[in-house]
Amino acid sequence: MAAVVEVMSGTARELGKTLRLLSRNKIGFAGLLVTLLVVFMSLAGPLIWPPEQSANVADINQGPSQKHWLGTDFQGQDNLLKVISGGKEIVIIAFLAGTLTTLLAVSVGAFSAFIGGWVDGLLMEVVNVWLTIPKLPLLAILATMLKLNDVWLLAVILALIQWPGLARQVRSQILTLKKRDYVEAATMLDLGTGNIIFREMLPNMMSFITIALIFEMTHAIYQQTSLVFLGLVPFSGANWGVMIELAQRKGALFAPTAAWSLLAPSLAIILFQLALVSFARSLDEVFNPRLRTSV
Amino acid sequence: MTELIRLDHVTRTFTVNRHVIKAVDDVSLTIHQGEVVCLVGESGCGKTTTGKMAAGVLGPSSGRIEFLGQDTAMLSKVAFKSYRLGVQMVHQDPYSSLNPVHSVFDIIAAPLRHHGLTQGEAATRRRVRELLELVDMTPPDEFLDKYSHQLSGGQRQRVSVARALTVNPRFIVADEAVSMVDVSIRVSLLNMLTRLKEQMGLAVLFITHDLALAKYFAWEGRIGVMYLGRIVELAPARQLVDEPQHPYTQVLLSAIPEANPDVTRRKRRIELRSMDVPSLLRLPSGCAFHPRCPRFEGVQCEMAVPALIGFDDGSAVACHPVSRARGLLGAPAWAATEKAL
Repeated sequence: MAAVVEVMSGTARELGKTLRLLSRNKIGFAGLLVTLLVVFMSLAGPLIWPPEQSANVADINQGPSQKHWLGTDFQGQDNLLKVISGGKEIVIIAFLAGTLTTLLAVSVGAFSAFIGGWVDGLLMEVVNVWLTIPKLPLLAILATMLKLNDVWLLAVILALIQWPGLARQVRSQILTLKKRDYVEAATMLDLGTGNIIFREMLPNMMSFITIALIFEMTHAIYQQTSLVFLGLVPFSGANWGVMIELAQRKGALFAPTAAWSLLAPSLAIILFQLALVSFARSLDEVFNPRLRTSV
Repeated sequence: MTELIRLDHVTRTFTVNRHVIKAVDDVSLTIHQGEVVCLVGESGCGKTTTGKMAAGVLGPSSGRIEFLGQDTAMLSKVAFKSYRLGVQMVHQDPYSSLNPVHSVFDIIAAPLRHHGLTQGEAATRRRVRELLELVDMTPPDEFLDKYSHQLSGGQRQRVSVARALTVNPRFIVADEAVSMVDVSIRVSLLNMLTRLKEQMGLAVLFITHDLALAKYFAWEGRIGVMYLGRIVELAPARQLVDEPQHPYTQVLLSAIPEANPDVTRRKRRIELRSMDVPSLLRLPSGCAFHPRCPRFEGVQCEMAVPALIGFDDGSAVACHPVSRARGLLGAPAWAATEKAL
């Protein structure tokens, strides 16, 4: 019982310490808060503020006002409500694709670095070839063959397309870590392969991996919105990409009054990206003891 | 004295851009329990490679390494574990020998926990404190929660030593352990190592490029001088310093400045025939030292690799002119090494 309490209080302490570390970097902490806000609004927002079902002919293409904070679109629907209801797929796919890409890249990169020899050579050759393939045209071709309207399927495909660059970086990180004196010392102390990987090497890569994860997420957002924008992925209903595409098709690029229907989803994407990237800054402090001088 | 580690005609080659380099060539060396042996030599002469092979982190390309009389390549699982833990190493670079993400306590506690050397958290904490005190990091509580970047170079080396001591080794390879530390800290580190050696009966293989350090540290032990992958002279420290026999050792000793400037000025520097260290890729034929050797004596030095020949006074020298002068003409290599051992 005492042991359980000890573990629990230990975890609580660690959690408190992590929170304190996160809050030390103001920009990073703001990034975390905005990220959480965007995620919450996208997942729970539509339940609280349901999207409008019908067109509103009286309020077409209006600028921001007290009634419509971000203006209205060509159907007279509120842009803010559409942004709220259009984030769900973007957020889910960003997290899924980002996580899958990172998992795949770390596994392949680490495996390649550990095995070495011809396996390593072969894998890196595959990576090189993969890196030369232009991604968006490939996605366009895939979209004609597959029905990319499933969240999971799209996430998996984005991950499959995106992993090689990160895998290369992970491999080189592991190669340098393998040669560190403290890894050799751990070998001599016979701490076991598991300990060497998870205790000696991985913590040294954590900040790198989490930041890579976040950048993979932002990348996935760009890729899926551009897919939707190009009309290659038929997402039903609202989606930031769909909004941009519709706005553009309805002349938002030329009609100043319609600009807000283009700006609203773009701002949402920019805000989410910016929040993620600044959050990455805070994470660096959490994982790098050199940056957390006094906690 | 019982024999602890024995390198038996050990050679280690590396392939660099398809060129085979002999980093260590036919080295035989025995280290007894509680003994200090220093390996000196310039950079690239194979002393670190020799140390790593003795520590068991690098396998030899040919030759045998024995631990307590058993070939380490054919140890049973249990015996290998006792060898693995019985031999530890202190690395040269205090900035990469400690994992930056762990605190001092975590670094020292990990092997204790992993091998079940202490029972329970309280015992582990006690033992870590004990070990820190042993390496003169007092009061230990001040250091437990520090990370390596918060320590000085000397303190890091002490933590490194404490970590090596967790598994109660019998043999420590100290690879340039003090060369990257401030000069003012060196002596106290060396004294600490000497004290630990006395207290725990540790054998130490001390690798350095600094003959003056070797002289200080191994005064009771032996010094081996390496040149381009081979041991050229191996003798008890006092003997090697007072009566160096191999011309390379003589040159090295003559280059050490003395504390008294008058003595240094009067000291006769032995002139080398060439100042260039040959590349390991194109080793000179015969004795590798012959292009620079002040005692160069012609064809034999150019053609035949001199074996390390042991003499009755406990020294061993690999040099044709020396062997001739001491009346050992062309003794076969195997016989010579047998004697040296």
